[in-house]
Amino acid sequence: MKFTLSWLKDHLKTKATVEEISTKLSAIGLEVESVEDPAAKLGAFRVARIVEAKRHPNADKLQVVQVEVEKGQPLFEVVCGAPNARAGMISVFAPLGTYIPGSKITLEKKPVRGVVSNGMMCSAAELELAEDSEGILDLPAELAEQVGARYIDVAGLNDPVFEVKLTPNRPDCTGVRGIARDLAAAGLGTLKDEKTISGVEGSFDNPVAVKLDFANGTEDACPVFAARLVKGVSNGPSPEWLQNRLKAVGLRPINALVDVTNYISQDRGRPLHVYDADKLKGAVRARLGKGGETFQGLDGKEHTVDETMCVIADDSGPLGLGGIIGGEASGSTETTTNVLIESAYFDPLRTAATGRKTGLVTDARYRFERGVDPESVLPGLDLATQMILKLCGGKPSKATVAGRVPDTKRAIVFELARVEKLSGLSLPADEIKTILETLGCVLVGGGETLEVTPPSWRPDIHGSADLVEEVVRIAGIDRVPATALPRMSGVSRAVLTDKQKRARRARRLLAARGLVEAVTWSFLPKDQADAFGTGATLVELANPISVDLAVMRPSLLPGLLTAVERNRNRGFADVALFELGQAYRGDKPEDQYLAAAGVRAGTAGVSGGGRHWDGKAQAVSVFDAKADAAAVLVALGIDAGKAQVTRDAPAWYHPGRSGTLRLGPKTVLAHFGELHPRTLAGLDVEGPVVGFEVFLDALPPEKKKGRAKAPFAQSDLLPVRRDFAFVLDRGVNAGDVVRAALGADKALISGVSVFDVFEGGALAAEGKKSVAIEVTLQPTSETLTDKDIEAISQKVIADVKKATGGEIRS
Amino acid sequence: MTGTTELDTLKDELLGQIAAAKDLAQLEAVRVAALGKKGRIAEQMSKLATLPPDQRKAFGAANNAVKEAVTQSLEARKTDLEAAALEARLESERADVTLPVRAGPEALGRIHPVSQVFDECVEIFADLGFDVAEGPDIETDDMNFTKLNIPAEHPARQEHDTFYFPAKPDGSRLLLRTHTSPVQIRTMESRKPPIRIIAPGRVYRCDSDQTHTPMFHQIEGLVIDETTHMGHLKWVLEEFCKAFFEVSDVKMRFRASHFPFTEPSMEVDIGAEAIGKPGQWLEILGCGMVHPNVLRNCGLDPEKYQGFAFGMGLDRLTMLKYGVPDLRAFFSADLRWLRHYGFSVLDVPTLGGGLSS
Repeated sequence: MKFTLSWLKDHLKTKATVEEISTKLSAIGLEVESVEDPAAKLGAFRVARIVEAKRHPNADKLQVVQVEVEKGQPLFEVVCGAPNARAGMISVFAPLGTYIPGSKITLEKKPVRGVVSNGMMCSAAELELAEDSEGILDLPAELAEQVGARYIDVAGLNDPVFEVKLTPNRPDCTGVRGIARDLAAAGLGTLKDEKTISGVEGSFDNPVAVKLDFANGTEDACPVFAARLVKGVSNGPSPEWLQNRLKAVGLRPINALVDVTNYISQDRGRPLHVYDADKLKGAVRARLGKGGETFQGLDGKEHTVDETMCVIADDSGPLGLGGIIGGEASGSTETTTNVLIESAYFDPLRTAATGRKTGLVTDARYRFERGVDPESVLPGLDLATQMILKLCGGKPSKATVAGRVPDTKRAIVFELARVEKLSGLSLPADEIKTILETLGCVLVGGGETLEVTPPSWRPDIHGSADLVEEVVRIAGIDRVPATALPRMSGVSRAVLTDKQKRARRARRLLAARGLVEAVTWSFLPKDQADAFGTGATLVELANPISVDLAVMRPSLLPGLLTAVERNRNRGFADVALFELGQAYRGDKPEDQYLAAAGVRAGTAGVSGGGRHWDGKAQAVSVFDAKADAAAVLVALGIDAGKAQVTRDAPAWYHPGRSGTLRLGPKTVLAHFGELHPRTLAGLDVEGPVVGFEVFLDALPPEKKKGRAKAPFAQSDLLPVRRDFAFVLDRGVNAGDVVRAALGADKALISGVSVFDVFEGGALAAEGKKSVAIEVTLQPTSETLTDKDIEAISQKVIADVKKATGGEIRS
Repeated sequence: MTGTTELDTLKDELLGQIAAAKDLAQLEAVRVAALGKKGRIAEQMSKLATLPPDQRKAFGAANNAVKEAVTQSLEARKTDLEAAALEARLESERADVTLPVRAGPEALGRIHPVSQVFDECVEIFADLGFDVAEGPDIETDDMNFTKLNIPAEHPARQEHDTFYFPAKPDGSRLLLRTHTSPVQIRTMESRKPPIRIIAPGRVYRCDSDQTHTPMFHQIEGLVIDETTHMGHLKWVLEEFCKAFFEVSDVKMRFRASHFPFTEPSMEVDIGAEAIGKPGQWLEILGCGMVHPNVLRNCGLDPEKYQGFAFGMGLDRLTMLKYGVPDLRAFFSADLRWLRHYGFSVLDVPTLGGGLSS
């Protein structure tokens, strides 16, 4: 919404500066997007009189002129190249130091062909008031009285333009008067009275029939439609003041009839339409469109209407879309002599829907979709009639009104105490009442509770909270005292849930293991989502922003893997990334799951990637991924020793170099492994890359223990360590050996580690391998005798053999 | 006294040999030759029996004195030779200590700036008694709009540039939440006031340009009880901004605005001197008192309960505080960017130790 200062002053009596108005508008909810102040650009230019003009002594095409810049003050000597400069001429002078916008220079004191010029006489182009100029501005002689005055004041150019970004709840401020009303309420002046309109009600009936033609239940599309004919107008360009106003706010003057409607729309937020009555066929009807109907709009384009749109039609078909755009065929032109003025009310929701469907952005839609003041139908018609009579002459008919102005009157019971309760701002009752009344509310009753009837132009006010908002924004939000929120407890208590704490811990743990946290898109290209789907339904967007961001990710891995490749393409091949975030197995809330996933590529192992003098640059392996996954589980309170490792990782992992960490058959804690070469190829990612996914929602809750730690079981007895090497079939899992050994004596065996695995040599030929373990015995009550140790050793050997078929290696 | 002269000669000879020993092996040979069972001293001692009785005592004493002197000399020489040997070994054991070592995983890992800033926000709001509430990204129309007082066909719905999923057989359409506000609804429907929550998370708008990405992060705040008013809202936001930007004072400007889910509504600007750029205002959030219709939609009586809500962009807060220029880079997983703008695992924000230091 744009308006100029002088336009605002048509409605508001104020001495406020541009700056004050601008600040206040933003404070009360009418956010100022820009203010164009001509004074900032052209304030230095003055009306001046050339007293004497002589040929420049050293140049044929230049003159040296003596200029009166201030009445009764010494003259300025100025060098001037304009052919039209002459003695006695009134023109515009710029003193030294002035920035000339048209030529983008700042005037300096320097000689021009040997004569010092103390300023400059200016052309319209130099002031950016015209594209180009023949010579300096040649002002009317009577302006001699105004020598010394600012040119912009004399020329009526000093009219700052405000642009306000309106929120959708303020239809009243789509007119300058509404803005003036808000400013007046906020103490920046007084709202001027409306001028009374007279002499517009004609003596003859409107010959054009106006009808509302709606099926039951759709009448609200256009509940009232008023029209009046003005006979014998002479249309043509509108007067300069009107054209200037429209141009100042970015509207193109068309002709007087159309300009009147645009002016009232901008001035009052009341859109109107003018038809050339001679081009209408039969009655004018407001009705819903019919499939297949089209019309040529004033925008020069053909528009197709449908059954949801409100159209204005005559016997020939639709003329335009009600509340949005008029039609070419029935529009007013310079030759129009009989004009039908339309003033109606169109339903905001239907107007908005039609606007979206057609993509038409018009000044009428901007207003009707916010909700034009329904009570302005007849006053608007009269105002337009009056302006047309004044500008174009003619004879008005009686007004025709089809339908009825919808009754939007509603009274709100308003306790004045509500203001302080909701806002914390204590205001005297009189101030509250004054604000509401200045905004147009009608107040009934006294005391602490009022009955407030909001004005017809404020469809957004429905209840007490709305009234509090009006009072507080106008009184000033800066007056609301900041008030400490009472503390819930003396020392603040912990607030995170167990799951939130785990997420936080997992994030820091992974970063501590050298992985860099990434945040990647929640949506993926479809083929990537397909490759990581586990049979669950993919959740596909109906209106993705691009095919690359089209399907909700079923896993965090594809986003990380493609990031690996992008980094490789930038010259970083040894990448370790992780993400902690949500992925989707379906579209229900419980289908969204939280995972901590990571990838390591190239040589980016836990101690860092790349070559180093201290050791070989080793490619990442499944065990890097397993270590990451296990570390997350341990950090989150899961005993990794209790988790089983199974070989059934999903299809995007290498079938032989991957695994699943699980608790029992149902609870999958994590997957880890080398990524399947085919999966990587599908993503255009170069291997080897390993990855892991830990499912944070699947972890069993941490058992609530007391704060005190379990007693420390201290033993002074030295632990005893014994080594065993077993020859096993190659397919036997080392994990089974470890588990069997641990189980051989649960009381005494405190740990089993695998310190050697050998698959080469003669064993390979037999399909065997050797696994060597170290078993730690921790005596608790007395030192173990050789006999005790021997007995346990035999038990370990026997149990391992039983579980795995492995023979002790002699 | 032939005997003692002989002993003096022997002593000088042995001491000379000890001094001449070049290493521990030579010294040991000297020791065995001198002090061994068949050594020179023992040899002299064996002469004792051949001497007349009156000379024996003196000869024995003199012989012992020589033995003592030789023993001491051997010890001293051994200590010297050992020290020299150690010196020599150490001299040979020189490492090139200028060789670089690996930085270690904790120096390589990074926390994403948005995660870090979220942790900072949690610290601040936890101190004010706010829990962290969460909700799903895929929401119903009802949760994302209707219950938030944005009815169907409301123009505000269009402003949200919503991502939709295909219509279900019953005509309903799920969507990606356009703001974290549905978490307000979920919270109010599942808990009784007093409520103090923040709700962080991903939100989605069908919009992409220099300053917009189709996915970004919001953090929402909600307080519901029987007395909380706009003054409390102003205080909470002022305290938050001071704590978050780690400055003693922040200039704030509250402007009236309009959101369907709050009434009254405000937009808030902060004076950019908080981030070292004086003279500008920066819009950082929208807020207001929860609209009575929203309370009613959640089964709360607006005559009894009231409170405020606010929402801000986590990414934007991050950009402002840490001078990150480009929103789009947040989601590009560019290692160079993450290393540069990301945080060390040891930078755990706390109120006691400071949020960023």
